[in-house]
Amino acid sequence: MSATVGDLGPYLALVLVGFLPNEIWRLLGIAVARGLDEGSELLVWVRAVATAVLAGIIAQLLLTPPSALAGTALTVRVAAVVAGFLAFLTIRRSVFAGVLAGEVALVLGALVWPVLST
Amino acid sequence: MIDSPVSSAAAFRLGLKAAAQSVFIYVLFGTFIGYGALCHDLGFSLPWGIASTILIWAGPAQVIVVTALGSGLPAGEAAIAVTLSGIRLLPMVAALLPLIKTPATRFWHLVVPAHLTAVSMWVESLRIAPRLPRERRLAFCNGLGFGLMAPALVATVLGFILAQRLPPLLAAAVLFLTPISLLVSVARNSRELVDKLAFGLGLVLTPVFALAKLDLALLLGSVLAGTLAYIVHRGVAFLREAASDDAPAATQPTERPGDKS
Repeated sequence: MSATVGDLGPYLALVLVGFLPNEIWRLLGIAVARGLDEGSELLVWVRAVATAVLAGIIAQLLLTPPSALAGTALTVRVAAVVAGFLAFLTIRRSVFAGVLAGEVALVLGALVWPVLST
Repeated sequence: MIDSPVSSAAAFRLGLKAAAQSVFIYVLFGTFIGYGALCHDLGFSLPWGIASTILIWAGPAQVIVVTALGSGLPAGEAAIAVTLSGIRLLPMVAALLPLIKTPATRFWHLVVPAHLTAVSMWVESLRIAPRLPRERRLAFCNGLGFGLMAPALVATVLGFILAQRLPPLLAAAVLFLTPISLLVSVARNSRELVDKLAFGLGLVLTPVFALAKLDLALLLGSVLAGTLAYIVHRGVAFLREAASDDAPAATQPTERPGDKS
């Protein structure tokens, strides 16, 4: 368990540490899907959990962002997400409009309200 | 809205086209430019970077693998972190495959779409595949998955070659693509009450659990949010059924309101 990439070689490490621990869930997903029909109530629950997972990932990315995004204030990130969502709702439910508005809000917000933590 | 594809090859091409028109093309491109640069900076080769995108095909897991292995973390710890980040793939695969399989579909037919399942592919498949004839959906999803993976591979190579630090503000904007595009696309896909509730509750519960320093906050928050949303969904369905059981009795002599419209 204490082997490092140097001991394993980069490609063996890729398969053992990256590929297998990730792919196992896709294979388990196939197994679970065997018992599910398109109209089944269990599928509604499974889809609700999968949707909530995405929501959780979004929230985590905003709260504890990776490297360069951490150089923006939390308030700016949240405000940019809200701006993007409002643009999506008001401009014909367009994903593109929502993403663009969110990005513009983030860049403007970061310029107006810089955080010197990078 | 969509012309029904006449063959599996046509459905595959339709999937490629859907990928080219997806907002996730931009997101993946931005994300994987960052990933390619990360591979370079942490001392991995370009073929390794390409192989990792093909084999893992899940942004968060890939970032964990390169940062953990690149910084000399024990392989066992990195494997556990990847295992935890991959759990989200299970409900996604389990929710997608029942939509695209037919009675003739075999296990090995599902291995490719399951491997191609990632957040971007899942969101677009769930939106578009139900509009297609069932026997063409699997080929469509494969086309969509490959159509999304191809630009991600190009971006991995580009990022590796560029590998120079982007200006901080541009780098922040590239990283912000992931949460903002996910938020808006999932919101577009959430048409039913149960999905909207699961989405809203997930946005709130996971960070609350994370702030409370609970282990597996994402897993706990998501299962609780999804389950609460499902309970409300069942409750509403139950009340509607009860109401429609009463309604005909009360309005029996007159026409039903639904008949005229």
